[in-house]
Amino acid sequence: MAEPKRNDDSMDATPNVTEVETADAATVAESVAAIEAPAQRGEPILQVRNLVKHFPLTQGILFKKQVGAVKAVDGVSFDLYQGETLGIVGESGCGKSTVAKLLMTLEQATAGEVFFKGQDITRLSGRALKAVRRNIQMVFQDPYTSLNPRMTVGDIIGEPFDIHPEVAPKGDRRRKVQELLDVVGLNPEYINRYPHQFSGGQRQRIGIARGLALNPEIIICDEPVSALDVSVQAQVINLMEKLQDEFNLSYIFIAHDLSIVRHISDRVGVMYLGKIAEIGTDTQIYDHPTHPYTQALLSAVPVPDPDAREGRDRIILSGDVPSPANPPSGCRFRTRCWKAQDKCATEVPLLAIPERFKGTDGHTAHESACHFAEERDVVHAA
Amino acid sequence: MTIIDHTTADVPSPHGSPEDSGPLLEVRDLHVEFHTRDGVARAVNGVNYSVSSGETLAVLGESGSGKSVTAQAIMGILDMPPGRIPQGEILYRGRDMLTMSNEERRLIRGQKIAMIFQDALSSLNPVLSVGYQLGEMFRVHQGLSKKEAKAKAIELMDRVRIPAAKDRVNDYPHQFSGGMRQRIMIAMALALEPDLIIADEPTTALDVTVQAQVMDLLAELQREYNMGLILITHDLGVVADVADKIAVMYAGRIVETAPVHELYKRPAHPYTRGLLDSIPRLDQKGQELYAIKGLPPNLTRIPAGCAFNPRCPSAQDICRTDIPALLSVTERDGTELPGRGSACHFWKETIHG
Ligand SMILES: Nc1ncnc2c1ncn2[C@@H]1O[C@H](COP(=O)(O)OP(=O)(O)OP(=O)(O)O)[C@@H](O)[C@H]1O
Ligand SMILES: Nc1ncnc2c1ncn2[C@@H]1O[C@H](COP(=O)(O)OP(=O)(O)OP(=O)(O)O)[C@@H](O)[C@H]1O
Ligand code: SF4
Ligand code: SF4
Ligand SMILES: [Mg+2]
Ligand SMILES: [Mg+2]
Repeated sequence: MAEPKRNDDSMDATPNVTEVETADAATVAESVAAIEAPAQRGEPILQVRNLVKHFPLTQGILFKKQVGAVKAVDGVSFDLYQGETLGIVGESGCGKSTVAKLLMTLEQATAGEVFFKGQDITRLSGRALKAVRRNIQMVFQDPYTSLNPRMTVGDIIGEPFDIHPEVAPKGDRRRKVQELLDVVGLNPEYINRYPHQFSGGQRQRIGIARGLALNPEIIICDEPVSALDVSVQAQVINLMEKLQDEFNLSYIFIAHDLSIVRHISDRVGVMYLGKIAEIGTDTQIYDHPTHPYTQALLSAVPVPDPDAREGRDRIILSGDVPSPANPPSGCRFRTRCWKAQDKCATEVPLLAIPERFKGTDGHTAHESACHFAEERDVVHAA
Repeated sequence: MTIIDHTTADVPSPHGSPEDSGPLLEVRDLHVEFHTRDGVARAVNGVNYSVSSGETLAVLGESGSGKSVTAQAIMGILDMPPGRIPQGEILYRGRDMLTMSNEERRLIRGQKIAMIFQDALSSLNPVLSVGYQLGEMFRVHQGLSKKEAKAKAIELMDRVRIPAAKDRVNDYPHQFSGGMRQRIMIAMALALEPDLIIADEPTTALDVTVQAQVMDLLAELQREYNMGLILITHDLGVVADVADKIAVMYAGRIVETAPVHELYKRPAHPYTRGLLDSIPRLDQKGQELYAIKGLPPNLTRIPAGCAFNPRCPSAQDICRTDIPALLSVTERDGTELPGRGSACHFWKETIHG
């Protein structure tokens, strides 16, 4: 982390220009203040603050020596409110699944905090951690490999009860599992069947039923529909929305497919190389993106309807994503950004509402980590 | 009304050169079945399609509808047994590959037709360098020396825009990102300058920015070499960008064919309409997503009549008894719509209704 810490460019003194690689306390406070939610949403159920995960890179067989680190997640902050869906998008390898695992406490954070109803879960252990885990559940990507082929559907959905028997006492389990099957639209009589006897969409429903078993408040979905074709995908998405209304669930929805994310999300965060590049409501991100990476990502989405495609502004990025073990200095996107200037190499752009849009009530006034943020509509036909 | 089941919808291609008039590859009434413990699974039930030089045919359809199995039959890589081809023809430049001599068939499949698989990581050998695997094509098929083959490999890596190809030729597959591995697979398919490439979900595992790069590359190389391309996918967006014509499959049959733009504007089959209606939109936020109700058919017990009838909102009695043939689709006044066909008893109501 021998990045240039600051570069005092007095000619260009925008307030938020400097940030240390892993943001220090002051900048964190600042970026938190910027995450201002509309009043009616109340307290966030989950507050993520400057979350960091570095995987050590080691060399040597006998004596392992750390030679560096994969900076998979490098200072991520966001809020999640009760009953809302926050979508997370970004290129392969940008750290989406690692964020999910940190929130699930399946990975130990290198730094940062995750507050669940005000309590920092990265510091919990034992009984307190177990109680929190019950409230945050996960639905995995691949309906073909994530279910144990040797267990019946009843055993798969009921498995969480082994860890949390207080939710369903032994004698009550079968009935509970059948209830869950019914909730996700599967025939309760299927309880003794094995996963291979179901289609992809049905298997994904099994995964959702399992995620619901412990009555969690938050469900983290990591690419829950990527392996499904559009007609099956629509069935699963509709089910998830119905369950959200019914149980007032909060979702974090990670996906490659930007159209699906727009459909299901209230707010969307765009990640690039371990950081959030831009975050806002679905309208702010899709109709008024201000970060060049978001614009490139959106413009690359293939749109089926030929009429909607005519006159669309397509930005094709050159080059590959840099290695997260050795991210570019300053703005991480600068090696592929067509707008990059000298400043982008020396100063890390902070995730905040850009100064020039502050106080305006248009949709451009949302957080974007770019020195030269400006609106560009890439989704709608010109 | 013409029955086009056995002549195959042939959309004139903008790139088609006049000297090679007939299609490059034509699949006629192809059937494939698998003998399983639960009975005979009829995966492909009379597929017809064709592709000419310089043309891109996209094959679309539900998971399990037989898209990959058809491609495997063309490439001669079906699992036989349990697979069997009880009926059908696969014509390469007019000659049936299923009946020609082994020798001749091997030559065509080795050099004239190449396939790109969905999963680049598992189709590359992890213990051999990428350059060695690319070079192998030239050593085996053209008898080049090790050194010549390596030079060719570097040239190909350049061609598919792998940066610093010279330095990376000795790297192993795991040292490349997903997008780069997929480009290596394209390089491998291009090595012998085939006439036809079959790409089975070439971008499904990639995210949108890399997807766009890979598809653009494929389209550019196709133009340059005037190759035919069969693109199998369930991503309707990818199809719209590159294909000339589309064939939609359901339960092992082609249920609709159309030039790419027309399919989106006016589908002539209820299954296609259902698919199009299920796609969420990027430029607006809708209400509940439309979803085709019900489940895909069990291939050991395909419903009588139209295979789609248990899920079709327009099904009538005839749909439960008579199999609809793939008929050409016309305007209301009978004007021909070139290249369009639908296997639905009620195609008129569907497209004009
Ligand atoms: N256990 C690990 N050890 C070392 N590096 C890891 C580990 N897990 C993830 N990484 C690296 O961290 C980065 C982020 O990975 P992550 O799985 O979070 O990406 P992602 O955004 O979910 O990507 P995808 O869309 O492909 O699923 C990648 O470069 C990955 O190689
Ligand atoms: N070796 C095999 N033995 C038995 N059945 C098989 C075999 N290979 C394929 N099948 C069956 O043939 C049917 C068609 O499979 P195919 O792989 O062609 O589907 P697809 O249209 O490519 O679907 P997807 O979009 O999921 O790749 C499936 O129901 C599959 O289970
Ligand atoms: S800060 Fe500079 S390099 Fe980064 S996105 Fe903005 S213009 Fe591009
Ligand atoms: S033939 Fe009948 S069941 Fe089949 S798609 Fe047409 S209307 Fe529907
Ligand atoms: Mg992931
Ligand atoms: Mg397939």
